[in-house]
Amino acid sequence: MSLMLEPSPEMIKSHREYAAMGLTDEEFAMVENMLGRTPNYTETGLFSVMWSEHCSYKNSKPILKKFPTSGDNVLQGPGEGAGIVDIGDGQAVVFKIESHNHPSAIEPYQGAATGVGGIIRDVFSMGARPIALLNSLRFGELENTRVKYLFKEVVAGIGGYGNCIGIPTVGGEIQFDSSYEGNPLVNAMCVGLIKHEDIQKGQAHGAGNIVMHVGAKTGRDGIHGATFASEELTDSSEGNRLAVQVGDPFMEKLLMEACLELIQHDALVGIQDMGAAGLASSSAEMACKAGMGIEMNLDLVPQREPGMTAYEMMLSESQERMLIVVKKGSEQEIANLFAKYDLEAVAVGSVTEEKLLKLTHKGDVVANVPVDALVEEAPVYYKPSNEPQYFRDFQVMTNVAPVIDDYKETLVGLLSQPTIASKEWVYNQFDTMVRTNTVVPPGSDAAIVRIRDTNKALAMTTDCNARYLHLDPEVGGKIAVAEAARNIVCSGAEPLAVTDNLNFGNPEKPEIFWQIEKAADGISEACKILSTPVIGGNVSLYNETNGEAIYPTPVIGMVGLIKDLAHITTQEFKNSGDLIYVIGDAKTEFGGSELQKMTEGKIFGKSPSINLELEKLRQQQLLRAIQNGCVASAHDLSEGGLAVALSESLFRTNLGARIIVHMEAVTELFSETQSRFVVSVAPEQRVAFERIVQDARCIGTVTNNNHLTISHEQDGLLIDTTVQSLEKAWKGAIPCLLN
Amino acid sequence: MKFAVIVFPGSNCDIDMFHAIQDELGEEVEYVPHTADSLKGFDGILLPGGFSFGDYLRTGAIARFSKIMPEVVKASAAGVPILGVCNGFQILLEAGLLPGAMRKNRDLAFICKQTQLKVENNTTMFTTSYKKGETITLPIAHGEGNYYCDEETLSHLKENNQITFTYHMDNPNGSLENIAGIVNENGNVLGMMPHPERAVDCLLGSEDGLKLFQSIVRNWRESYVVNA
Repeated sequence: MSLMLEPSPEMIKSHREYAAMGLTDEEFAMVENMLGRTPNYTETGLFSVMWSEHCSYKNSKPILKKFPTSGDNVLQGPGEGAGIVDIGDGQAVVFKIESHNHPSAIEPYQGAATGVGGIIRDVFSMGARPIALLNSLRFGELENTRVKYLFKEVVAGIGGYGNCIGIPTVGGEIQFDSSYEGNPLVNAMCVGLIKHEDIQKGQAHGAGNIVMHVGAKTGRDGIHGATFASEELTDSSEGNRLAVQVGDPFMEKLLMEACLELIQHDALVGIQDMGAAGLASSSAEMACKAGMGIEMNLDLVPQREPGMTAYEMMLSESQERMLIVVKKGSEQEIANLFAKYDLEAVAVGSVTEEKLLKLTHKGDVVANVPVDALVEEAPVYYKPSNEPQYFRDFQVMTNVAPVIDDYKETLVGLLSQPTIASKEWVYNQFDTMVRTNTVVPPGSDAAIVRIRDTNKALAMTTDCNARYLHLDPEVGGKIAVAEAARNIVCSGAEPLAVTDNLNFGNPEKPEIFWQIEKAADGISEACKILSTPVIGGNVSLYNETNGEAIYPTPVIGMVGLIKDLAHITTQEFKNSGDLIYVIGDAKTEFGGSELQKMTEGKIFGKSPSINLELEKLRQQQLLRAIQNGCVASAHDLSEGGLAVALSESLFRTNLGARIIVHMEAVTELFSETQSRFVVSVAPEQRVAFERIVQDARCIGTVTNNNHLTISHEQDGLLIDTTVQSLEKAWKGAIPCLLN
Repeated sequence: MKFAVIVFPGSNCDIDMFHAIQDELGEEVEYVPHTADSLKGFDGILLPGGFSFGDYLRTGAIARFSKIMPEVVKASAAGVPILGVCNGFQILLEAGLLPGAMRKNRDLAFICKQTQLKVENNTTMFTTSYKKGETITLPIAHGEGNYYCDEETLSHLKENNQITFTYHMDNPNGSLENIAGIVNENGNVLGMMPHPERAVDCLLGSEDGLKLFQSIVRNWRESYVVNA
């Protein structure tokens, strides 16, 4: 295959070969201008991947500038492998989220598995020990065999990688909607722990220092993966299977342990994952960040198969590889360190003063380009933005509550919606406990992982209700951040910072770019008000199948700090006799709600509104109540509203609840009005709790009869059912849809 | 009592095993790499869970050829307590220190969850702190825990009272006779799929695994006193 002759620079230009690699005519002219000549095949390849949206963020850079990225505790913001936040005692938490949407649409097992592998490398490349994984997934409705296949294989792929490498998968979220049918979303998040003094950077400092290729050999898999990820999917995308990488978690386990030993070594100068655009991006970025150049002899690159060309080696996305820079003279020592783990570390080049990426292969110079041209001077586009007609139509609709015949059947129906139903079928396939620090496994508002040898723990979550974003991207963006923070607070933690994964359609369409802009505005404002800076993330655009875009889905990954293990709180009611409170009143807000989707078969109207100052106040008050020991359980109100939240607080207990509501019943039970919580409080804490939390209203008590009884002050009994029957519907829904 | 935690490439429950012994039991414990050639000075040997050698070929099939394994076999013959959990159990089967084999889980998927176990035999050096018939909660996390052996082996296991733990009520992986853990004829080698080292702290959901480790220590102390 590689014996094909590469086209000459003249042919690349005259036949527009660059266009097939993803460069536009204007971009190719820019390259010629920068080089003062026409690039050869390898160089054209380098520019095409480095200037792809995936590597350069050329379409999203103006958007990313909106985010607040600094804060008192932020030790590393966006720009490195992962962001870092101080958590005291000389320790810090490192985390990042990344997408593997396109590969997963084509080859779901390997696409998902290598997504997990990539994000783990980003975290340990910073010098951190990965301690937890989360994932945020979106699929079409579980109705046809293709969607079921994608769902099953993605879950198996995530488990296959995370379980083997021995990092617990502790949380995440999954939603189903037809807009994801051909283009599922697979976002993986990794959280790591580090001592301040161990923080590493991906920078190639010191002329004469040695560049080493570490870990697995370079093969022909994943060539042009970054370019593939920057295009829309079509029916012919199946042919891109070769652009999907294959993962080997066993290799990565060895690589991780070796790299964590390496960071303690004085000879290490810089380290970076060979992720998207492999050797091309890792070498160019490490050189660029240090203001240096890199010279490599590609004959020395460990190769999986004979006859690989310079182009293939530079663009390969073979997994489980890192690029490291070490002090000159230490090569043997470093090779010996890796040999202990049965891994190769091979010197392939050196750092140069001249800011060039210079590659030789079989005696010829095959590329000689300025690193800044590849990295910093990539084009930036300010795409036109246009408010779509559908949004204007939704905005003029009035809020009405759907009409309901039977409250109990409605509740059972909601609990059986795949987005609300128990995800046990999924997370039972993940090792959630390895390394024995998982205090709260998947299934609660946020997962909690203790920090060994301290009295602290970390809470972590991913959130995004894309239906709200579809109706109103700005408000929906705010809600995504607010909900993540709400989940963190419910677990007893103080929100620290955010990593975001911006999944959208084709930014070249003005209506899509408008969604991106508005969502970013909403996220930025919420992050500012809730004091959770964005310390890193990922952008995944072109999520479209045959021209149809996904819902705008900017997934928010958030981590919070629990300062005392005694503050750990879960959603389950604890004791019969405890008082049940709801914080915040419901309004008639059903746009994008589960009830609207279930009863109308579609979503429309206005998204629920949000007042971020009120959100912040309620979160602060609830957290103070938790820290003061006044709260037995806390759960945020989200999809499905109060009735679903009450049910979820009863599942996995033997308890029941007796509830009385006052306002319009459908709104009280099922509205998705924001900034609300269900909390239980021991009777003796009543006064203390009410003194701290202003907007709390007592609506009932926890009972020991395993019944959920909900009455209306005037209308009488609305729901009276065993918790068991509700739990059965909730647990059984997804397995039932899959069989 | 001094324990060895054998570390194979791909072991990932080694740290959990280490902390269970050191932090919860307060006994001495050291990691021993698969390339070591001696287990001298260790009073108990622990084979942790994980994916040794990536589970390539078959679970445990490559690990059993590690340099350390002849020493494990020797220790077994000498009566040293040896515990293999999950992948450790699979390695003990491949090494022939325990009879039978492991198949993929009945549903062909990895399963991680808390399971109810019944203590079938509380006379082994690993189980004396439990009551016979007691129900305990330990988590499982495996893709191949579907224990199988031929009829002759099974009747042998039963006759010798070698079946130590069985799944209670719900068999998660389809194992023969609900088997979750077995000992060798001598009673000094225990292999089990559930993870006692993950159940030593109430904060993490269960401490039912603690008694297993306590049994080992207590029985070792008693035999030490007798032998001395």
